[in-house]
Amino acid sequence: MRYVRASGLTITNVHAALQSGRIRSVELTERLFARMAQVDPRLRAFLHVAPEVALQAAEEADRRRAEGEDSPLLGVPLAIKDVLCTRDMPTTCGSRMLEGFRPPYDATVVARLRQAGVVPLGKTNTDEFAMGSSTENSAYWTTHNPWDLDRVPGGSSGGSAAAVAAGATVAALGTDTGGSIRQPAAFCCIVGLKPTYGRVSRHGLVAFASSLDQAGPLTRTVRDAALLLSAMAGHDPLDATSATRPVPCYVEGLGGDVRGMRLGLAREYLCESGVDPAVSAAVRDAVGVWRDLGAEIVEVSLPHTTYALPVYYLLAPAEASANLARYDGVRYGFCDPEAEDIWDAYRKSREAGLGAEVKRRIMIGAYALSAGYYDAYYLKAQKVRTLIKRDFTEAFERCHAIIGPTTPSTAFAIGEKADDPLQMYMADVFTLSLNLAGLCGVSIPCGLADGLPVGVQVLGNAFDEATILRVADAYERVTRWHQMRPPLGGDEIDL
Amino acid sequence: MALSAEQVLHIAELVKLALTDEEVALYQQQLSEILEHFDRLNELNTDAIPPTAQVADQQNVYREDRVREWLATEEALANAPDAADGFFRVRPVLEG
Repeated sequence: MRYVRASGLTITNVHAALQSGRIRSVELTERLFARMAQVDPRLRAFLHVAPEVALQAAEEADRRRAEGEDSPLLGVPLAIKDVLCTRDMPTTCGSRMLEGFRPPYDATVVARLRQAGVVPLGKTNTDEFAMGSSTENSAYWTTHNPWDLDRVPGGSSGGSAAAVAAGATVAALGTDTGGSIRQPAAFCCIVGLKPTYGRVSRHGLVAFASSLDQAGPLTRTVRDAALLLSAMAGHDPLDATSATRPVPCYVEGLGGDVRGMRLGLAREYLCESGVDPAVSAAVRDAVGVWRDLGAEIVEVSLPHTTYALPVYYLLAPAEASANLARYDGVRYGFCDPEAEDIWDAYRKSREAGLGAEVKRRIMIGAYALSAGYYDAYYLKAQKVRTLIKRDFTEAFERCHAIIGPTTPSTAFAIGEKADDPLQMYMADVFTLSLNLAGLCGVSIPCGLADGLPVGVQVLGNAFDEATILRVADAYERVTRWHQMRPPLGGDEIDL
Repeated sequence: MALSAEQVLHIAELVKLALTDEEVALYQQQLSEILEHFDRLNELNTDAIPPTAQVADQQNVYREDRVREWLATEEALANAPDAADGFFRVRPVLEG
């Protein structure tokens, strides 16, 4: 197995190298574009690369640093999922509908990170409007998994995950509506954090399902995720659902031990017949590591887990059907030039501009909300959402965090589930509940099964990111899974 | 439950999609399968359970009703497929 050296491409190492003057941000950025040129023709992780934007930001960061400024993200290169608005780079959401769209403003998370000095390298591939689990629903192309080019990187933040795993960026931003950060992180052997609903502003995150969407980091270490979250989180007047609670420094809590902490093992996450035995074996080994570190393992139950899939695939499409009504070809987006009247323009532009999965979901959503079916589908799903939320409330009375597999299997083959939407939805079966309950979770690497990465997720209570990061960090410090590197060839940048 | 072609066309009209005949047939089959899976929710008695619409930390957030700077007209129109004289231009809404 190839492991990255301790001096590998992490935010912490980049910061140390920039601080000591061993490297400048401009030089690092140029070397990352060289790495990208080496690997991205095979991975296709980026929808748009922005050398000019990046080098300008890197020069600015070097100048700020030369003037004595020092912060952990100053001059750190970052890839951005293409559903987050960027004022100087296109934002397509992986859709033909938004081909060439240039947002007039930055998403709040992007603006905050820019202020902190990050260097945006470009925009990463995603399933169209973040609807998917493999990037196969991208209207442009499918991203390949760096561990096996015939397999998907996961989705929808698959471009971000593949880019981080391949060493084509130091870290990346993703979004997670039903698992879209954690699942690709697990498939690509990196760390992916989904913050509590409201912890991070959604302003400028192109809306898919507004009661579920959250942006978060994809990184190589837990510490890097904590660093990025600290800069991303916090109240934003432009997002009324963003929380007003103060943001703790998530890095400070790292390094502590887990002695005396109670970690819940969710029965439903390991007993379900749909889990690959190699995945549950790796997760059980991880649980053993936490036990050896002094954590008390308690069994908990999330009895409504099995209903999360229908609830999610009713509520998320219902919200999507309303959110995507904005693509009318008037203010932005594709407009069919042949259309005769306005209704014809709506129908034809949407028909041509939206892909198959997006159409499927907005149709499911509109059906669930339509007269005569609202109570049977939408309202019913909202009620079961309450039960799912209660499951977590009760479980967290007995433990500090919950441990389980991130995904039921390792990365699947490209094309394997592409024609069977329901099978594709099943790939999210362990990640959906957390979004429905609005809580936080982090997936970290915990092993290999037949040469493919396995992820274990640590789920936390609302606004308790500090605890899950601490639990994940304790595991990471005594294991080397996070340092494994995919067999891509070429040299990763060493600091 | 199985959806009829008419139902699929009705939903498509609700969301303004001009589906092709092949799409109607495909979605009829796929949406029926997906909806059938959703029927599992009926295993649960939820008569006494309140619905959850959102999970934000706070409710009813107000702000002052004050004008603030936002996009200039040119910026707002920059992505429009068709614009003229500082307006979005659309196709006729009313006939005649």
